[in-house]
Amino acid sequence: MAQTKRIIAAEKVFSWKKFFLQWEWFLILVFILVNVMNMIISRYYLSASGLLTATSSFLEKAFIALPMVFVLIIGDIDISVGSTVALSSVIMAESYNKLGIPMGVCIVICLLVGTLCGFINGFILTKFTELFPMIVTLGTMILYRGIAVMILEDQASKNFPDWFSNIFWGKIGSVPYMLIVFIVFAAVFGIVLHKTTFGRRMYAIGSNRTASKYAGIEVQKIRLLVYTLTGLFAAVTAIFLTSRMGSTRPNIGEGYELEAISMVVLGGVSTAGGKGRFVGAVIAIFIIGFLRYGLGLINTKSEAMLIIIGSLLIVAVMFPNLKLGSLIRRKTKSHK
Amino acid sequence: MSVSEYVLELNGITKIFPGVKALDKVHFQLKPGEIHALMGENGAGKSTFIKVITGVHKADEGEMILDGKKVDFRGPRDAQAAGIAAIYQHVTAYPHLSVTENIFMGHEKVKFGKILWKEMNAEANEYLKNLHADFSATDEMGALSVAQQQMVEIAKALSMEARIIIMDEPTAALTQTESEQLYKITESLRDNGTSIIFISHRFEDMYRLASKVTILRDSHYIGTYNVSEITNEDLIRAMVGREISDLYPKPEIELGEEVLRIENFCRTGYFKNINFAVRKGEILGLTGLVGAGRTEVCETIFGIEKKTEGKVFLSGKEVNIHNPTEAMKLGIGYLPEDRQHQGLILDWGIGRNITLPVIDALSNHSWLNEKKELELAKRLAEQVDTKAVTLFDKASSLSGGNQQKVVVAKLLSADLKVIIMDEPTKGVDVGAKAAIYVIMGELAKQGYAIIMVSSEMPETLGMCDRIIVMCEGKVTGELMRGEATQENILEKAMAKSHHTTEIEVR
Amino acid sequence: MEKIKSIAKSLTKSREISLVFVLIILCAAIQLKNNQFLSFANINDLLVNATIMCVLAVGMMSVLLIGGIDISIGSTLALTGMVAALIMRDFPQTPAIVSALISIGVGIICGLVNGLVIAKGGVIPIIATMGFMNIFRGATYIVSKSQWVHKEQITPAFQDFTLNSTFGINNMIVVAAVCFAVFAYFLKFTRTGRKIYAVGSNAEAAQVSGINISRIKIIVYSIMGGLSGLAGALWVSKYASAQGDSGKGIEMDIIAACVIGGVSLNGGKGTMLGVVLGCLTLGILNNALPLINVSSFWQDAIKGLIIITAIILNVLTQRTLDKNNLKRREL
Repeated sequence: MAQTKRIIAAEKVFSWKKFFLQWEWFLILVFILVNVMNMIISRYYLSASGLLTATSSFLEKAFIALPMVFVLIIGDIDISVGSTVALSSVIMAESYNKLGIPMGVCIVICLLVGTLCGFINGFILTKFTELFPMIVTLGTMILYRGIAVMILEDQASKNFPDWFSNIFWGKIGSVPYMLIVFIVFAAVFGIVLHKTTFGRRMYAIGSNRTASKYAGIEVQKIRLLVYTLTGLFAAVTAIFLTSRMGSTRPNIGEGYELEAISMVVLGGVSTAGGKGRFVGAVIAIFIIGFLRYGLGLINTKSEAMLIIIGSLLIVAVMFPNLKLGSLIRRKTKSHK
Repeated sequence: MSVSEYVLELNGITKIFPGVKALDKVHFQLKPGEIHALMGENGAGKSTFIKVITGVHKADEGEMILDGKKVDFRGPRDAQAAGIAAIYQHVTAYPHLSVTENIFMGHEKVKFGKILWKEMNAEANEYLKNLHADFSATDEMGALSVAQQQMVEIAKALSMEARIIIMDEPTAALTQTESEQLYKITESLRDNGTSIIFISHRFEDMYRLASKVTILRDSHYIGTYNVSEITNEDLIRAMVGREISDLYPKPEIELGEEVLRIENFCRTGYFKNINFAVRKGEILGLTGLVGAGRTEVCETIFGIEKKTEGKVFLSGKEVNIHNPTEAMKLGIGYLPEDRQHQGLILDWGIGRNITLPVIDALSNHSWLNEKKELELAKRLAEQVDTKAVTLFDKASSLSGGNQQKVVVAKLLSADLKVIIMDEPTKGVDVGAKAAIYVIMGELAKQGYAIIMVSSEMPETLGMCDRIIVMCEGKVTGELMRGEATQENILEKAMAKSHHTTEIEVR
Repeated sequence: MEKIKSIAKSLTKSREISLVFVLIILCAAIQLKNNQFLSFANINDLLVNATIMCVLAVGMMSVLLIGGIDISIGSTLALTGMVAALIMRDFPQTPAIVSALISIGVGIICGLVNGLVIAKGGVIPIIATMGFMNIFRGATYIVSKSQWVHKEQITPAFQDFTLNSTFGINNMIVVAAVCFAVFAYFLKFTRTGRKIYAVGSNAEAAQVSGINISRIKIIVYSIMGGLSGLAGALWVSKYASAQGDSGKGIEMDIIAACVIGGVSLNGGKGTMLGVVLGCLTLGILNNALPLINVSSFWQDAIKGLIIITAIILNVLTQRTLDKNNLKRREL
């Protein structure tokens, strides 16, 4: 047996090769490509106003992607977010139009409804841990939108106060409020994920739930929090979306869960949990957003967009599993 | 055609995986109707060797000769067709399907494409009858005990007319009675001409069943010996390559005051009326047969599961523990039985695994403090002598023994008074075992109270100050270090099933 | 009293039998509210309308049995039906049966693609089928150039199929019954069928015993696709038109039917009888809600609630069962 004490190194060896073979560089490459494509399509694209217009075309959806990163990192999934957007928007609109509640309060109601929707998801999943997130959020997906349909049937709800549309359309100088809000939230989420103990715990849960439990991590509490947060941000999306449209129907937000998950997964976050970096998700949000915008500029039909986004999702998930992708992916550190 | 005296021969088998040579020119010979033990430390290559025989892996060099003819298996099905069957430690069964289906999966009785359930059920019941099974072929596999499921695996091997049956740690999860039953079945298989190869860490299995033993060490073939001529020391020396003189380095320690006491501890369906206490510096053994409820007691103390009745006292004060976080805050630590699924995050580096329980304590108001983490992790990893190069080595890249050391280091990161270790040396090779015993001794010297759950008699006798014996959910005995022997521990571990003179009156 | 209690206990142990009881009570309650419910005409209507759901549920059962899921079936239904309809519109000489077979064929291809992406591409089923749900739906619109195919453009023989009867029973019911029978046999009496259960019960063991898991996955999703194709053809025949948004949301009904019928979402567990009962339950709900004056706008919310209640009840039942098992352990 060894008589001398073995020394273990505490420094990480830096390797240029490892550094550059990370998924995020690949994403940056794709991002540049998308922008080049858009520049070719429209001369006005690469200006401040052009880029800001492009950003506004999709950013309200991006708010759901932020907590969705957390959901996937802890190894869960939530496909009810689109329905939560619809329900919170509908309740907000009808509170104003049918119940005469002041719009400011209605906005708060919207946030509360979204939070409640997320909380219900989390509650069911954490009290009945035998259930899988997919089936529970499938059920709530149907339920929440179903309630929205019960309320508004096939009508629209509009006629909001003038200032309401400022939430989406308002700017400081030429920078939309929405973008500022997004940047702030994105920064907070990113920091929480990578620099706090809470973030480390989320990675632990995603990698090995059982071992996390034995290490004293309160797994179910964290799951509940993450799902509730997702609902809250779905409501944030609802506010921006409704402000943009000036009206709402029970079928808004359809497909948002697909887009949010696509953005996060393309960003390098694995559906298995425990892997991925926040900055990747942010780049992916802009990739998908600008791609859609560019396609819209050349009048791509919405049906064709469906095909493109659907394919993008599948390719994004498949790529790491194929030879080339796994070479790049394997160099990605599992966290940080 | 030459008639070989051996039913199976392997010559010069070499198997290389990326970066690692798992087998290096291994030889093996098996006669018909022979029970042959395969032993060696963890990582010696036994599992890989078995996988070559059963066709799961293809050897890079060497040849395999079956009944005097050279064979080349392309996959497990070829091996099965040739009459080689394997029974693994982790029962590979279909819990939702019936016993019959588990036996016949892959070779169902079919007529014009239609499965003949009646005939299969009847034949399955025949096999079960011959094995003296107490369940029927139409029972759901998931409802059976581990021992019963193992019987089904044997029936499966028989149904495929296996002439060579390989058993991987067959008695690991069995009670003494069940092991006895398995021994009898194995012997009758041998008497019918079937050859059996089994892997086991238990010397008793080998002495009882095998006539020959082959030893592998570090992917090399060391030798084949007659069981009747070999001693424990010879075996260990062959497996480890060095003398292990002091297997159980238990230090003499003066015991302190009582640290943990449980009274009338109950959990419906798992254990009842458990009472014991541990003192500072004491190593308390919690032993018994598999299924006695030891792990359940520990998990309940630690807060993984809820108790239905009873009290827990820490240093005399009653405490209520609802989850592991509370347990750890109170100073109770737990080394889980399954280090890979419960003890470690295999994808993470050693450092992060070690600091996981205490990231809050090391943080500044929830901000991660990487510097402090690395310092602590380095200190602890070195303290337990982990065989790794950097703190960033992935836990999955370590051997079983080293992984266990990392879990121990993880325990030490927190401020604890009581450490519960559940099978701390299970699946750990002899060399690392000794290292872990040394660590245990050190911890006891430092004043920790240690509860060690163990199914290994020698280990329990060697390391513990006091031994609590459990049987089927109840405490059946408490023995001091001097008075405990393998026999009286066993007697108490089986109290209910055997001695009619010691009936417990409720 | 004790004997009744024990009979009740053994009856409730079988999920299928409990479900039958629930259904009987449900029907009785609805009949009380509207005595047209149990009329021959209405029952016939109910069954016919449930056919498409039944055909899809049979496919979904196999998918759920291996522990997967498929939410692209609505889109597959639309795409396959649309392709068949376009063939009928643009090549009116095509015999009806050929159009139907083309629909099934396209469906098999859709399922095959799903299966390949899941089995070989390593994409988890929910994501893969979510992606294809959109791809197939988009394809439906593109292929039809966003136009409907109208009644007049569809071969009369094709339309008539769902109106005609065989031996006095509407063809649709016959088709559903045949599907149930064929796949019940397939799952119970063929080796491939049993392999499906095996993969769902313990994929690792299946792998070790030499079962080709990839192949089973591909087969299962292809079956689902083929049945979706069949459903697509039936849809076009029944509604005498093909639209871009046909079948939207139907996957939820199907999953609900399977869950209610006791098919486990983790795989390995589920019977054809259970699926039949589940489809019946949903068929009754779809039929009865309007009859008792429940607005159609309430249907989705009710379905969502039923799914959630059903899965929670499953969990609670299992927990009680486990608790009782523990109590029985003499300590």
